[in-house]
Amino acid sequence: MNRVCLFLLALLVSTQALAQRVTLTVAAYPAVDDIVKSALAEWKKNHPNVDVKVIGREYADHHTAMTTALATSSGLPDVMAIEYGYLGRFALGGGLQDLDRAPYLAGQSAAKLTPFALAQGRSGGAGLSAMPTDIGPGAMFYRQDLMSKAQVTEAELTGSWDSFIGSGQKLKKSTGALLVAHARDIKDIVIRSGIPAGQGIYFDDQGKSVIDSAERFRKGFELARRVRAEGLDAKVNAWSNEWGESLKRGQVGVQMMGAWLGGHLQNWLAPNTSGLWRSAALPERVNTSWGGTFYAIPNKAQHKELAWDLIRHLTLNRKQQEQAFEKFNAFPALLEAQNGAFFDQPVAFLGGQKARISWRQSAVQISPTRVFKNDALAEEIVNAELDLVLTKGKSVDQALKDAHKAVQRRASRS
Amino acid sequence: MKPWVGQALAPYVLISPFMVLFLVFGLFPIGFSFFLMFHMWDPVQGLGTMKFVGLDNLLFALEEPLVWTSLGNTLWLALAAGLPQHLVAIPLAFLINERLGRWRNAAMGAYFLPYITSTVAIAMMFSSMLSTDYGIINAALDGLARWPLLQGLLPSEHIDWMGSPETIKPVIAFVVFWRYLGFNVILYVAAMQSIPRELYEAARMDGARHWQQFFFITLPQLKPMMFFGVTLTVIGGLQLFEEPFILTGGKGGAEYAAMTTAMYMYRTAFEFNDFGLASAISWLLFVVIMVLTLATNWLFKSKQG
Repeated sequence: MNRVCLFLLALLVSTQALAQRVTLTVAAYPAVDDIVKSALAEWKKNHPNVDVKVIGREYADHHTAMTTALATSSGLPDVMAIEYGYLGRFALGGGLQDLDRAPYLAGQSAAKLTPFALAQGRSGGAGLSAMPTDIGPGAMFYRQDLMSKAQVTEAELTGSWDSFIGSGQKLKKSTGALLVAHARDIKDIVIRSGIPAGQGIYFDDQGKSVIDSAERFRKGFELARRVRAEGLDAKVNAWSNEWGESLKRGQVGVQMMGAWLGGHLQNWLAPNTSGLWRSAALPERVNTSWGGTFYAIPNKAQHKELAWDLIRHLTLNRKQQEQAFEKFNAFPALLEAQNGAFFDQPVAFLGGQKARISWRQSAVQISPTRVFKNDALAEEIVNAELDLVLTKGKSVDQALKDAHKAVQRRASRS
Repeated sequence: MKPWVGQALAPYVLISPFMVLFLVFGLFPIGFSFFLMFHMWDPVQGLGTMKFVGLDNLLFALEEPLVWTSLGNTLWLALAAGLPQHLVAIPLAFLINERLGRWRNAAMGAYFLPYITSTVAIAMMFSSMLSTDYGIINAALDGLARWPLLQGLLPSEHIDWMGSPETIKPVIAFVVFWRYLGFNVILYVAAMQSIPRELYEAARMDGARHWQQFFFITLPQLKPMMFFGVTLTVIGGLQLFEEPFILTGGKGGAEYAAMTTAMYMYRTAFEFNDFGLASAISWLLFVVIMVLTLATNWLFKSKQG
């Protein structure tokens, strides 16, 4: 009899324990999934009864899966990672919690976060749709060995676009290496600089295309055309096999991207070139951002409170943010994590340069830009028109007019 | 023991697994897509935000230049990849069937291998081979260009196979041709094996040569299989997605030269979040496929008649 009682008691206790266990789901893409996993041991010390299921998918697959999940309100995670490029589409959808409102009140921690990243999270017009966790201050990575050979100084690369292109001519003449991977890279920076407050890259505050009216587009197209005409670009797209090879073999002298590129170069893109690269400011010392990661809570999430607690741990915990930077090159959005000793350490891959300090300086000077639902579409249309300018000799004016018309036509459907 | 379902009900119970799967994964998506064609819907806003817009999506799709560009690309690729598949597969199947003897199955297996290989692996292999500066194709052309006679015929600079709008289409057509050739070879060898041997024996006794046997016995007897194979090629060619999608990184290549209609439809839905327009494009594609399939049917029937 006693045995039976004991068994029933044990069964009751274990059933209750099981009933109390909660599974929190996090959906992310590489390497955000690894960052979350590495943060769990610490977080679970305060949440022993919570199991965290991290669903990692490839970058595009993750965002497609999240689109489908939001569409059908099924299979939604509790915490959703969103990359900056998708923020406009997701934030304006209305399917995410406003983290400025109770019970989250993220605004109370606003002063702790990089201002432009927080503004991006708020730019959907529905409060704070997503909490920034890492940012991508733009940087220019260049091959010091090739530049020395061509007698090009860093000041020439960063001074003005004219001196930048002049450097490319010297580089090609002396070493045979090309200045950039694709002329489009130049356009991408120029159109991201000097954006008036409240506007996006492609749209004004009313959501109207500025492609044919903003001078930055004309300048970006003209500079890209000049680089192509002078034979200074390798005509390879970023993230292609050819791009990786050209970086490895020193056939491209400069690559402009987010500061996180340094980690990619070191870890897999061109590990054989350790010590040969340096980081500098972008030409004309422009400050702009390149990507960034945000965490959001879908309206239909099952465990919102726990989800917010985990997001706080991932975004507002200094130790966690520093660890994500040190291990995964995720530049912290948390300001206090930008003051750690790690920032002052020399980067061996960059020839001992203390590059993180300059990235930090750049990050604080980046102005916030609004995101719009049709940003991806506008980017696509602008790139297609630029291709016509570069390969078919289409006039810049006509290309910008056509791009504007096509973007307006699609944007008018929303 | 009494059966748990009556005799009258049993067939329905037995067929129900298929019916349920067909309804959920076959009929429902078709119906939902038809419904979506008349609605404006941004999926991230949830199901409740659909707005009825009548024929707006269809009209917008018909006036959208990219829809026509993608349709033109699709037809070009379907023809350039599809026609050679059959023109090569039929004589190749004849050769394998008549000449290879015990090596027949090995040869068929070799030709069939690309068909069962992962598209991603195929795309990676061709990307590496066709790389402008590091690919084996351009390296081979470099080597050939050193021969005095070929020097003037071959380009002096590396060909940008994947980056140029002029070359990306033929490249994709070749990959599709290479991939599906084996499938058609199998179809035709199977059809050839069912042709009565007496016909060939009688022809040989009458002094028919090999090419005469091919043209006057094999080809006419293959017509039903040719109809089947061409119909599959037409439908598959017009739905082409995987090869151009992976080879162009999902973007359609320079100047959208390799953007097929199926790709544009996918991108409209999942990259530009416009499911209504994507559904309208899918129904337009369906109409094109139906018309061309009926045309194929008519062509073969009239020839047979």
